[in-house]
Amino acid sequence: MSEIPKDLRYTRSHEWIMTMPDGTLTVGITDHAQELLGDLVFIELPKVGEKLAAGKECAVVESVKAASDVYAPVSGTIAEVNANLAERPETVNKGAYRDGWLFRIKPERPEELGSLLDAAAYKSLVEAEDH
Amino acid sequence: MLIFELSRPGRRNPSQSPGPAAESGDIPPELRRRSRPVLPQVSEMQAVRHYTRLSQKNFSIDTHFYPLGSCTMKYNPRACNAFSMLPQFLGRHPLASPATGQGFLACMFELQEILRDVTGMRAVSLTPMAGAQGEFAGVAMMRAYHESRGDADRSEILVPDAAHGTNPATAVMCGYTVREIPTDEAGGIDIEKLRAAVGPRTAGLMLTNPSTLGVFEKDIQEVQRIVHQAGGLLYYDGANLNAILGKVKPGSMGFDVIHMNLHKTFSTPHGGGGPGAGPVGVNERLLPFLPVPVVARARDGSYFVETEKERPQSIGRLSAHMGNAGILLRAYVYARLLGREGMKRVAEFATLNANYMLARLKSQGFVAAYPDRRATHEFIITLKPLKDATGVTAMDVAKRLLDKGFHAPTTYFPMLVPECFLIEPTETESKEELDAFITAMEEIVREAHDNPDLVRNAPHTTTVRRLDDVKAARELDLRWKVAG
Repeated sequence: MSEIPKDLRYTRSHEWIMTMPDGTLTVGITDHAQELLGDLVFIELPKVGEKLAAGKECAVVESVKAASDVYAPVSGTIAEVNANLAERPETVNKGAYRDGWLFRIKPERPEELGSLLDAAAYKSLVEAEDH
Repeated sequence: MLIFELSRPGRRNPSQSPGPAAESGDIPPELRRRSRPVLPQVSEMQAVRHYTRLSQKNFSIDTHFYPLGSCTMKYNPRACNAFSMLPQFLGRHPLASPATGQGFLACMFELQEILRDVTGMRAVSLTPMAGAQGEFAGVAMMRAYHESRGDADRSEILVPDAAHGTNPATAVMCGYTVREIPTDEAGGIDIEKLRAAVGPRTAGLMLTNPSTLGVFEKDIQEVQRIVHQAGGLLYYDGANLNAILGKVKPGSMGFDVIHMNLHKTFSTPHGGGGPGAGPVGVNERLLPFLPVPVVARARDGSYFVETEKERPQSIGRLSAHMGNAGILLRAYVYARLLGREGMKRVAEFATLNANYMLARLKSQGFVAAYPDRRATHEFIITLKPLKDATGVTAMDVAKRLLDKGFHAPTTYFPMLVPECFLIEPTETESKEELDAFITAMEEIVREAHDNPDLVRNAPHTTTVRRLDDVKAARELDLRWKVAG
């Protein structure tokens, strides 16, 4: 069973979200997602300053098996991206919730956070997919 | 070993070298090279052995079973190649006048008619040079149709989530936004979700039938009703035409436009990057928009080429001339060899072989992705139970199959099914060959339980062992450099 930290929020499309002290949100793909994809070989990140609507595709993670879109979990503006990933995509495989974060987004409508899944809801989603 | 690694300075084969003072002709001095090209210096015998050995390493449908099927490589009869290579065809200039090319034009006209007949469409244009170009032509015609009616708000193309990636790519290339329709439990399109998705913005639905999941879209009548009632058009992706050839016609299913991959179904190898041919067929509604040139027959029985002049509403040209003429000729010969009845047999045997394999694999304990559905010309099994029990993955099993003399089937596609094999035997395999493959699969499962490392480290007997595809993708290095 993949790791699902209790203190994070999740989406149905396998992104995780952590609220930072300054109100921005750190976003990555879950351990389950990196496990499904396998060894990542290329990651395309959004541009800092890019404005996104919730659910809009904004990054691509590519493994030898497949390329997958990553979606903006909430509406907002990209505040920072994890530039280390360009050279070292395997960082996501090694620590999806740590050094493998993808980008930080400044939310436009904080109320959208309410529609994200908590750890328990995400866990049952993964289990249902894994039946 | 590369032939460059055999090279020794001064070793050469003088009888086949050009003379020392080859004429540079009219090439201006500033464009002439000043250094000598780096070429391998080997003896004639070394060159002969090097290339003969390389050719012996070929893994091909001529030597082995290839369950990637028509998706990559079904058997293409020798005669199709031989006839399309007749000097009269090869020597014909594409700009030669129709009067001197009546034989070629007659073949193209008849091929249009044959494809029209086998798909149930109103007319066919042969000009797209690949499947993706055929898709582009098809969706461009849908766009032209809506625009000709002043129906300009239709901005969405619906695509099932099981579709080939080219479908959404085509829709985007034609200026549409893509809306994904989920698949239901039985592998079909989710009808309720489709009903909820259509509306005044719907330009059309792109559908592969049988689908990429290896099942026939049972609700096609309902699907076509829903899309047409919303004012959309129905696009048929011919990727899996092999399964229904001559048995069911896309035109009868209500499709408005279709592309065919002649390089899958009609006797041209598919894998290897082409050239291909992606003719398009249309019904009455889309007829004016068909890409040109199209071959027509005059009252006196002679053939001529229709262009923008005769077809002013055409979406235009997709190639300078008549498309990939050599591929079209192969398709023509194939169709004439089979005849109308033979086409049906292609579909019947392709489907029979797939269902035989599915039934036998199921009885050996393999898990079908859609156990309640009959297979079309291909089917999917999931090796997830094997992975859970032994840690051996679908990729490991695929590599072990190479040791046993079989090409691996498609792995990890479609992504909807975990640890999957997509198996397509095609119509030309004998029962003995299918049985041998099933035996190999049983052996590998036994090995996975008894000696999992044997499978995990496969292949053991091939020229190269398992490649590090992750390293290859991360540190791409395609160029060999001269040492020193």
